[in-house]
Parts: sequence; C-alpha cells; structure tokens
Amino acid sequence: MGSLIKTIKNFLNYKDLLRELVSRDIKLKYRRSFLGYLWSVLNPLMIMVIMTIVFSTMFRGNIENFPVYLFTGQLLFSFMNQSTQQAIYSITGNGALLKKIYLPKYIFVFSKITSGLIDLIFSFGALVLVMIFTGAKFTPYCLLFPFVLIQLYVFCLGFGMFLAQANVFFRDVQYLYNAFITAWMYATPLFYPIEMLPGWLQFIVSHFNPMYLYIDQLRALVYRGTLPSAYTVVMGVVIAVAVLGIGSFCFKKNQDRFILYI
Amino acid sequence: MSEHIHIDVDRVTIRFNKGNLKVDNLKEYIIRMIRGELMFQEFFALKDVSFKIKAGEAWGIIGTNGSGKSTLLKAISGIVKPYRGSIKVNGTISPLIELGAGFDHEMSARENIFLNGCILGYSRKFMEEHFDEIVDFAEIYDFLDSPIKNYSSGMQARLGFAIATVVKPQILIVDEVLAVGDFRFQEKCNKRMQEMLEGGTTLLLVSHNIDDIERLCDHVLWLDKGECRMQGDAKEVCEAYKEFKGER
Repeated sequence: MGSLIKTIKNFLNYKDLLRELVSRDIKLKYRRSFLGYLWSVLNPLMIMVIMTIVFSTMFRGNIENFPVYLFTGQLLFSFMNQSTQQAIYSITGNGALLKKIYLPKYIFVFSKITSGLIDLIFSFGALVLVMIFTGAKFTPYCLLFPFVLIQLYVFCLGFGMFLAQANVFFRDVQYLYNAFITAWMYATPLFYPIEMLPGWLQFIVSHFNPMYLYIDQLRALVYRGTLPSAYTVVMGVVIAVAVLGIGSFCFKKNQDRFILYI
Repeated sequence: MSEHIHIDVDRVTIRFNKGNLKVDNLKEYIIRMIRGELMFQEFFALKDVSFKIKAGEAWGIIGTNGSGKSTLLKAISGIVKPYRGSIKVNGTISPLIELGAGFDHEMSARENIFLNGCILGYSRKFMEEHFDEIVDFAEIYDFLDSPIKNYSSGMQARLGFAIATVVKPQILIVDEVLAVGDFRFQEKCNKRMQEMLEGGTTLLLVSHNIDDIERLCDHVLWLDKGECRMQGDAKEVCEAYKEFKGER
C-alpha cells in the first residue's frame, strides 16, 4: 500500500512531463502537413470508405448500415494496434535518455497510449460525420461512449507496459507482435458479423477476445442504440484491470534491469 | 550530524553481466542457456567504493577511461542500482551528464525548453517563470522558433546548460560536459558554477582536465579499474595522480 502511494506521488511530480510528451507526439505527427489535425479525421474516413467499397459487395445482405458497423470496430482496433505498437518501442527508443537521467520509465509507455487516445477522440468526429451521412439514429446511449474508452485505455496501458518491458530483453517481441496482431484482427469481427464464425470459435471470441468485448459495447451504444450486455461490461472491466495489474507488475519487477539491455 | 552529509556511498559494488549485455533475442538466449553461459561473465564496474560528501564540498573524480567514474555518477543519480552496498542522497540533484540529452531535434527551442525542463523534473509553471532567464543565458533570441536540428552543437550545449542550471540545486553533478562550446561559453559556465559553489551547492565533477579539478574542487576521489585508489584533499591526490601518469 505504501509503495502504491509513493508511486502515485512520483507520478504527480512528473505529470507535466507526461503532458509535454503527449503534446510533442501530437504536434510532430502533423507538423508541416497542409491539412494538419484534419488528418486525424480524414485518415480513418478514407480507410473506411475504401473498406466499405471492398466489403459491402461481400456482406451486403448481412449487415445493416455497414459503414457505421465497420467504423466502430475499425476505430477501436486501430487505436489499440497503433498505440501498443508505439509503446513497444517506447523504452528501447528512449534508451539514450534513460541512461543519462533518472526518470520513471513507465511515463514513456503512458505518453504513447495517451497520445493514441487523443488521436482516437479526434477520429470520433469522423464517426459522427459517418453517422449523419448514413442517417443513423442518435440515441442518448451514444453519450456513454467514454465508458468504453476508459476500459480500452486501461487495457492498452497494461498491455503496452507488458510488451515494452518484454521488448527490452527480447527484441523479437516487436516482430512476433506484428504477426500476432494480424491474427487478432481477423479473429475480431470488424468487417464481418460474429455469426459467421464456426460455433466453437464464436464462443471463444465473444467471451474472451477483449477487443470484441469493447467493440461490442461501443456498437451497442452507438450502432444498436441499447445498453451493452452485462457480460461484456463485467468481463471488459475485469480484463482491463487484470491486464493493467499484470503489465505493471512485470514492468515494475524488471525495470531496474532495463539499463543493462538498452 | 547526518543532515550535513549530502551523499553517503557505502561499500558500493556494481556488477554488470558481460555475457548478458549483448543477448537481446530469443535464439541467442536459448543457445546460451543450453551452454550455461548466461550468468557467469561478471564484470565489476565498481568494487567496494565508500565515501561521504558533506554539504558544500566540491569533489572531483579522476581516473583513466573505464575506471568507473561515469558509472559512479549514474549510481548516485539513481539510474543504476548497486549490486551490493547502499547509496543515500539527501537533496535535489541536477545532473549535467550530457547536455541536451532529452532534446527532440524536430522541435523548436521554445518547445524543447519546456520538454527538457519537465524531463529534469521541473513543473511547466516553473519553466514559464524562468523562460526569459534561460533564453538570456543561452543567447538564442533570434532562433527560438526554429527546430533544434538546425542549431550548432555549441548552441545546443548552451541551451542544455542554461536549462539544467536554472535552479540552484543542492547537488550538481557534472560529467565532462564543459569541453564543448567556445571560450566565452566556458567562461560563462565556470562563472555560474563558481556562483553555485559559493551559494553552498555540493559539486561532483568528472574531468580529465586536472587543472579544472584543482581549480574547482577541494576533495578528490581517484578511481582505478573500479576501485578507490585514493581519496582526500584535492592537492595531495592530484599530485599523486600526476606522478602516476608520469610513471607510465
């Protein structure tokens, strides 16, 4: 308990650093591009249009309002994908700095996931545009979307910390993860309905794939206009907290040895 | 009594694992595990080093390359944990181990002042208050909004020094950073360090320039292959070191 309070105090000392790192990521991402921050909205929109054209020919009959169905899944998954991919390199990439100055090392993982989250919130503007354009119904449930984002953010923090510390010791992790994420993407119903999967796989995905749990919650809120099922909420929260616990435990246990490997 | 001791290094040993230093992929790890080579190539960067630094003292650390000087500074800054022994530090540390270590070369000087200040542990508000002071010291008025990558190394060093010394720290750690920049900048840095020393800051200086050490420090620690060869009064140790150099 005492060490938790110490960690929180230490974190508060460095909250300005977190802010600077996040604002650096966001500023540098679009610096010297003509449209700047608009790309956060345009980029997912363009990908969504292309995927809609490709997949609507294959699944036309099955899914009502395919653009919104696709977009809700696509946004959350690409946030998880991009922010954890960045988090993997966050310790090894800042090695030169960590060798010179004492800093809480998790701050680099935090900053990558947080700047991803801010990008995602920008992209929600694109989702609103798509919903207006396709004539989707807006219900009060839509306003509950931050609840899903918090769960996903906590999940990504824990997962990012786990990956970042593993990558310090074995640089293979970054390559293995690429293959892993491709498999994960196809095992998550982003552009197909979950009913398309064979029974046993459907059971595993709908009960244990955390990305499905979060995407299904968001779809319930903005796509189907209902409350998400109790199972997805409880399991989503439990997985997020458990992953954060495992990730920060591994990170804390190994962080004193990072210096020897970076 | 103990409040007057700023840094207490007690029989510190720092071990690196030579065998492990290069293994960062699974294949090699497994090969070495099978061969049983994982843990047996120890390398001691520091062996049983002890000393106590009181508030207001200026210590120089000398020794040949690879004698463990920088490792000792890293251990005191908290970057490396000792394998045996303990290090107690009372007070705020301002490390000048590499000027501008946290600069992002794509960003402007203005943005870097805030970023680097936060890396050193100052708040954003504090940096806003001292912004003009930093710009004055670094003399970069005309270039505030151009990216750091276009700066000369001297300008980067000036900016780094200005940010790191914006507070009067209780403990200042300097590792060979004053060798950069022109004579005017070096004079300026020396003046600022003198001011800090007079204001009661504890100094730890690593340098190969024995004249600098004699001028700034009152105590000297001589490290040789990770072991403390001699410590004490600056003059005595420097004389012995010069003699040792002459012999070789």
